[in-house]
Amino acid sequence: MEKELKILKYSDLSKLIERFHAKGFPVLAPVRKGKVVEIELVESLGDIALDVLLSTQSAKKTAFPKVEKVLKYTLAKSGVTQHPVDPDTARETILFGVRPCDASGFKSLDAIFGEAPGDQFYLKKKEKTAIISFSCPEADEYCFCTSVGGGPGNTAGSDLQFTGIGKDEILVEILTEKGKQIAAIFADLLSDSPAGVDKTKFLADVKVVFDSDKVVENTSASFNNAALWLEQSLRCIGCGACAFVCPTCACFDFQDEQNTKQGVRLRLWDSCGFSLFTLHTSGHNPREVQSQRWRQRIMHKFSYMPQQLHVVGCEGCGRCSRACPVDMNIKEHLTAIAQVG
Amino acid sequence: MSELIKKVTQLLNDKTVDVFIGYGKGSADRIRAIFVRSADQTEKLVLNSACTQNLAGYILKHEVKHLGKIGVLANVAALRSMLQLASEFQVKDGEVLVLFANPDGTLTEFIDFNSIEVFLTTTDTGITSDEQERIAQLEALTVSERWNFWNKEFEKCIKCYACRAACPMCYCHRCTTDVNQPQWIPVASHERGNLDYHLMRAMHLAGRCVNCGECASACPMDIPLNLLTYQLISPIKTDFGATAGMKADAVYALSTYKPDDKENFII
Amino acid sequence: MQEFEPKIVAFVCNWCTYAGADLTGTSRIKYDANVKIIRFPCTGRIDFMILMKAFENGADGIIVSGCHPNDCHYSTGNFHARRRWIVFRNLLNFAGIETERIQFSWVSAAEGFKWADVVNNTVKKIREFGPNENYKKIAVSTLFNEEGTSNE
Repeated sequence: MEKELKILKYSDLSKLIERFHAKGFPVLAPVRKGKVVEIELVESLGDIALDVLLSTQSAKKTAFPKVEKVLKYTLAKSGVTQHPVDPDTARETILFGVRPCDASGFKSLDAIFGEAPGDQFYLKKKEKTAIISFSCPEADEYCFCTSVGGGPGNTAGSDLQFTGIGKDEILVEILTEKGKQIAAIFADLLSDSPAGVDKTKFLADVKVVFDSDKVVENTSASFNNAALWLEQSLRCIGCGACAFVCPTCACFDFQDEQNTKQGVRLRLWDSCGFSLFTLHTSGHNPREVQSQRWRQRIMHKFSYMPQQLHVVGCEGCGRCSRACPVDMNIKEHLTAIAQVG
Repeated sequence: MSELIKKVTQLLNDKTVDVFIGYGKGSADRIRAIFVRSADQTEKLVLNSACTQNLAGYILKHEVKHLGKIGVLANVAALRSMLQLASEFQVKDGEVLVLFANPDGTLTEFIDFNSIEVFLTTTDTGITSDEQERIAQLEALTVSERWNFWNKEFEKCIKCYACRAACPMCYCHRCTTDVNQPQWIPVASHERGNLDYHLMRAMHLAGRCVNCGECASACPMDIPLNLLTYQLISPIKTDFGATAGMKADAVYALSTYKPDDKENFII
Repeated sequence: MQEFEPKIVAFVCNWCTYAGADLTGTSRIKYDANVKIIRFPCTGRIDFMILMKAFENGADGIIVSGCHPNDCHYSTGNFHARRRWIVFRNLLNFAGIETERIQFSWVSAAEGFKWADVVNNTVKKIREFGPNENYKKIAVSTLFNEEGTSNE
């Protein structure tokens, strides 16, 4: 649909949260918790950290939580009885105050979980999530969204995008049908946008540092370049921080937990950085050392996903690099890969 | 600082070491570990007050060991880690070349574990007064308040295992948490999974933790994990007379005993 | 009004406490039936993780009991256990778990009366403490019964 532009007063933002709650929609937004910024349920505008660069973890937990029950079962002498878990129990939820990279991150997850027959646990939650993103007036040295096809004002994946344009005014872009329905809740607070409002004036300047096509090409050709992967990964300690904070990482593990009478099957986040990730029952591990696992991380995002799902598995949000305990900086690594050969 | 670059350049040129682990400039205002392998890379080495990472964590990493003889710039925490690793037969005397930067800018090269042991008796190795303060504050709460505190902290935990990966003492090839026959520690990052994991790790570090704080600095969710292991250091010293990382031939406090170990809770 | 009946799990060593508990039985000494006894070769074999599992699976209280120091069937197992318990109790207390829910004891094969006392006193104490609510909230059964798919 043709996007609509409206103006909202910044001072009316708190009314939006009230209206959403009045309609019975929970609101998830960035909240400060000490040094980290988590995305959580909020009661009012005052709870929301709108001035942070971005949340520590991505917003993927709204449709792909860190622990998710996918099956229940009971145990008796006669055997095991399965009790299916309804994947469609989420309420219509509004994800508010996230960044463009959060919203566009969902396109990788949509591609992965949407592949036929479709993962209902993800899809049903995602269907029920409306995304109101705020464009970025600032960026830091970890951000590189513009190098992977995104940007501080990118609207991909958002239902509505808000941009502060000064003088207590917010430019509201209504981008989807769902966005239209959400906007209807506060239609009386919206006024028509004057012609020629240029939001790019209010966006951060995020310089392009590499050509992502070149990165995809070089990555795909570098499987055997052992020295490259070793050099980049020597300080990597093999934790899961990067994968877990990443908006596009979707690998998961299943674990059954039970007592003598009943049990649950849980889906959990997993990381290709863990040494156990590819350990076979035979004891053989095709990715025995960290450089092989680092190679996998980069190739999955910049070679396999583009080939198979036609999407680059990275939004340039830089969360992985900020969260990394040993300062693995993916922007640096990708820039180096772009220059290979 | 150029003292360090001179020294490392010489070590690499003489082939005394094949790789030197030191600090280099990282992203933004961070410092990162760097692995210098030739004399032309030594200018990347930096040394300032932000250089606090315990580099001893890397001396057991397979791909680092594979590069050849290792030299490392150790801080006090790393020196203690090495002695503790030595007492657990993970590193031999003289296997790693150890440099220490003195506050006056000079370098000390420790030729053997014994010289490290002697040095550590002259320097402060305990937890900081801030950390002691935080532990005291927690100890002053009721049991119930402490449960709420830790559960609230553990809610943030995503089981990324950065704490385990960053800890020089967590080198077990198959960590208890990864064993699934039986699955002692739930993998999930729910309350029970997080509580079990962190309690287990604290127990497995009791008597081995050298209070380097890497666990807490590594945690992407800013959980004060170091307090859990630090809190055990004092009772282990008082009750068993044992402190980790001070002697290369020390015996692990929990694999030994005294016939008259005191307690007041066994009836 | 239904009085709360604590569920106690006892981890005991085969040679002393288990035999002692047997003696309690053969002497026809009555004691509270709330306890389930699990036999180990030695207290030295008891891992703290199994104590955590007991709480998670519904135990309101735990008894850990073995041979008196110097009487261990394997000479030194109970000495190792004792050190482990000292450390574990410290950790549990700091983490906010009531250490009084775990009763440690030395009960020999000849102490039939003592075993009955240990059990009865523990049951009485746990009855006063009440059920282990903190652990019930995080047990598998709670996950099973919870609505929805995630606990966000």
